[in-house]
Amino acid sequence: MNPSILKVKVWRGATDGSFVEYEVPRAANQTVLDVVTYIQRKIDPTLSYRFACRVGMCGSCAMTVNGKARWTCRTHVAKIADQNTLEIAPLDNLPIIKDLATDMREFFDKMSKAVGYFKGDKTRHDDFSRVKPDSEERQLANAGIECIGCGVCYASCEVVSARDSYLGPAALNRAWTLVNDERDTQQLDRLRAVAGDAGCHSCHTQGTCSERCPKQIEPTAGIAGLKKLVGRAAVMGSKWGKL
Amino acid sequence: MTTSAILQAKLWYYQRISAMVLALCVAIHLLIIYYAIQDGLSAHEILGRTRGNLVFAVFYEIFVIACFVHAPIGLANILRENIQNQFLIRFLPLLLAAFILVLGTAAVFGVVWGAA
Repeated sequence: MNPSILKVKVWRGATDGSFVEYEVPRAANQTVLDVVTYIQRKIDPTLSYRFACRVGMCGSCAMTVNGKARWTCRTHVAKIADQNTLEIAPLDNLPIIKDLATDMREFFDKMSKAVGYFKGDKTRHDDFSRVKPDSEERQLANAGIECIGCGVCYASCEVVSARDSYLGPAALNRAWTLVNDERDTQQLDRLRAVAGDAGCHSCHTQGTCSERCPKQIEPTAGIAGLKKLVGRAAVMGSKWGKL
Repeated sequence: MTTSAILQAKLWYYQRISAMVLALCVAIHLLIIYYAIQDGLSAHEILGRTRGNLVFAVFYEIFVIACFVHAPIGLANILRENIQNQFLIRFLPLLLAAFILVLGTAAVFGVVWGAA
């Protein structure tokens, strides 16, 4: 086997597609995204994939690499290539549009279903809110706030695979950061949205989302927080009122 | 939809609380077993300790009620994720709940107030 050549199997087509093998020259500090880009620029320009920033900020280049969902722009080939081979597929749990590009509408729609957006009650004429940086709520929100929406957690979640309606780790993590935002005014709606089997209470706490999150966020911890908060609110009410 | 989601959240809460009770009950139960077999194990010896013992009756009835709450909710969750039959999803947990409550309570009555 020539160590300077990487054998790369890439998923081509939609759901009924198959893997096609390409040979890509190895390079120093080569990322998986570099490999995919090489194939498209030098071998087959019809290859479809998605990327934007190339520096781990935009969350658009996630793919399944050697069986695990990863952000490809920050994944070095040297760290994961087994026997000089790579297998690159689109993200799991999302419909494939073509090749490595998935339709992420459902993923983002679920963030909205989980009331994963901020709404306050202040206007520009009010003084700004003062949130204490060391308050418990602010610390809990901080732990989950760096999500880049790459979909790695969603593609890795066993519960999403088993249950179409499940909101998924990213949407629930987003809801958790907002539950801990003392300025937000939609807390009861949010608790209702994330309750039950389509929401936080379905999580099996297997932790694959936390293990694979490229930003080292722990959605499992946030979901556990939501479970407790929503369960308690359903039985005894919450500081925002009754569910 | 929302009503059933809130119900699911309540069930999750009840299951969590009953799990806490069970953790304590199982620990005490294991200690009782350890104590009970010190001088061998016979029905006569066990019944000698349990008959007419109200503390024993209350403790084990709490144990039974915690199982009665905990196990059927867990079974319903497992069934919901693995089978499609809505009748079985509702019926089997209710059946299990009835079994645990009736048989468990009968056992408590048996060892505390039953005839020799």
